[in-house]
Amino acid sequence: MIPEPFEYHIPKNLEEASRLLAQFGGEGKILAGGHSLVPMMKLRLAAPKHLIDLGRLTDLKYIRESDGRIEIGALTTHFQIQSSSLLKEKCPLLPETAREIGDVQVRNKGTIGGSLAHSDPAADWPAAILALAGEIQARNVSSSRWIPASEFFVDLLTTALGGDEVLTAIRVPVAPPRSGHAYLKLHHPASGYAMVGVAAQVLLNEARHIESASVGVTGVGPKAYRATAVEEALRGKAPSRQNLEAAAAHAAEGIDVNSDLYASAEYRSHLAQVYTRRALEKALERAHGK
Amino acid sequence: MKIQTKINGHLREDEVEPRLLLVHYLRDVAGLTGTHIGCETSLCGACTVLLNGEAVKSCTLFAVQADGGEITTIEALGNHEKLHPLQEGFWEEHGLQCGFCTPGMILAAYQLLCRNPHPSREEIRKGLEGNLCRCTGYQHIVKAIEYAAQKIGSPDA
Ligand SMILES: Cc1cc2nc3c(=O)[nH]c(=O)nc-3n(C[C@H](O)[C@H](O)[C@H](O)COP(=O)(O)OP(=O)(O)OC[C@H]3O[C@@H](n4cnc5c(N)ncnc54)[C@H](O)[C@@H]3O)c2cc1C
Ligand code: FES
Ligand code: FES
Repeated sequence: MIPEPFEYHIPKNLEEASRLLAQFGGEGKILAGGHSLVPMMKLRLAAPKHLIDLGRLTDLKYIRESDGRIEIGALTTHFQIQSSSLLKEKCPLLPETAREIGDVQVRNKGTIGGSLAHSDPAADWPAAILALAGEIQARNVSSSRWIPASEFFVDLLTTALGGDEVLTAIRVPVAPPRSGHAYLKLHHPASGYAMVGVAAQVLLNEARHIESASVGVTGVGPKAYRATAVEEALRGKAPSRQNLEAAAAHAAEGIDVNSDLYASAEYRSHLAQVYTRRALEKALERAHGK
Repeated sequence: MKIQTKINGHLREDEVEPRLLLVHYLRDVAGLTGTHIGCETSLCGACTVLLNGEAVKSCTLFAVQADGGEITTIEALGNHEKLHPLQEGFWEEHGLQCGFCTPGMILAAYQLLCRNPHPSREEIRKGLEGNLCRCTGYQHIVKAIEYAAQKIGSPDA
């Protein structure tokens, strides 16, 4: 389990990192926590000639609030998010998602930026960032842009990041009043990744009906997605079991559902519906509690 | 590439290939074979060490990523004359059979007790989710960690 040789680079700042990335073209890769990349290199599924280690750019590790938004630096680890008191108060869906990722050791090293950039079809962050209608910041040598989560995940392990772009931050709105959230995941028994993961956020109106719901789903198709048909079916509805069930029935609608050794497409679709309903129930319960 | 590390309190400087994994650095370069290699695929936790105070799987990091860092391996926790309370717990409560997973278990448990000195059984199990044991069935490992938590928490520890 020895990776192929590579050259190792330690950029002093973000500018240098993006310059190196541009310089090496397809032969260079960013190294963040390494907890997706190093296993792939050991299996020789990846063999970059150059690794550009962001590990020392500690100014990319932060969680802060401004203008009703939370911004998180790309290098922030899953554990830092899981244990952030700011997030527990202002955006509790994120710590709830973080604690479901891998194990203690993985959460100590793995980063939110790395997970999003990698975009594993069974990763947890994509579901949460989609449900929160987050945005992802990408920078190259000359410019920087915010990409809406809904446009970020393009296909299996493919994102909207350009080959010369470094993912630098994620931002999401602070959870509004009368809202509730939940992340529910069925862990794959061996790998711990999501067989199905559903992130939900619901907003109640004055009459305690559903003003809006947003639902991000991972593990089901080639990439994480917003279950828009579920969301539409809930708009303005009373939060009854019947309404939730009817809406959740659309959870895998229009998706090319994965089928593998562990779960057939039919079973996975069923799981997506059940986990969507349960996540909505839990989110509503919390919204009512407020 | 030249790297500097502090392993169990001792500074070292070594010339390493960038692709050298931290676990191989510890075992083959530093000669500290207490850290075990189980699965090599980031799943079993046998290779767990502390890097700058955090439990990590040393088979999933390159040694160059630990440059400038402090590493703690099982060798530093205690010795035959004076066992660390965790080691004593594993001894007293039969927390091991073959012992292959034990160094990793103990370092993961060490991290757990640093973050949460009085964990419930449930919290102990969650804290060990990255470590697999093929022998014990975990019950005695949980007890060993409860033993250690109690001992560390008692005034005469
Ligand atoms: C045992 C194990 C279990 C796991 N279980 C889960 C799980 O249950 N759920 C889950 O979601 N994940 C899981 N993971 C994956 C883990 O969360 C990874 O940490 C994460 O997917 C990648 O983050 P990283 O920082 O380690 O990225 P790296 O491995 O360093 O990088 C991953 C990819 O993204 C690119 N990249 C990284 N950062 C940037 C950046 N800032 N800009 C541009 N490109 C970048 C790299 O070039 C590489 O291609 C698991 C991993 C392991 C080893
Ligand atoms: S050898 Fe590192 S996790 Fe198994
Ligand atoms: S004691 Fe044998 S693997 Fe745990």
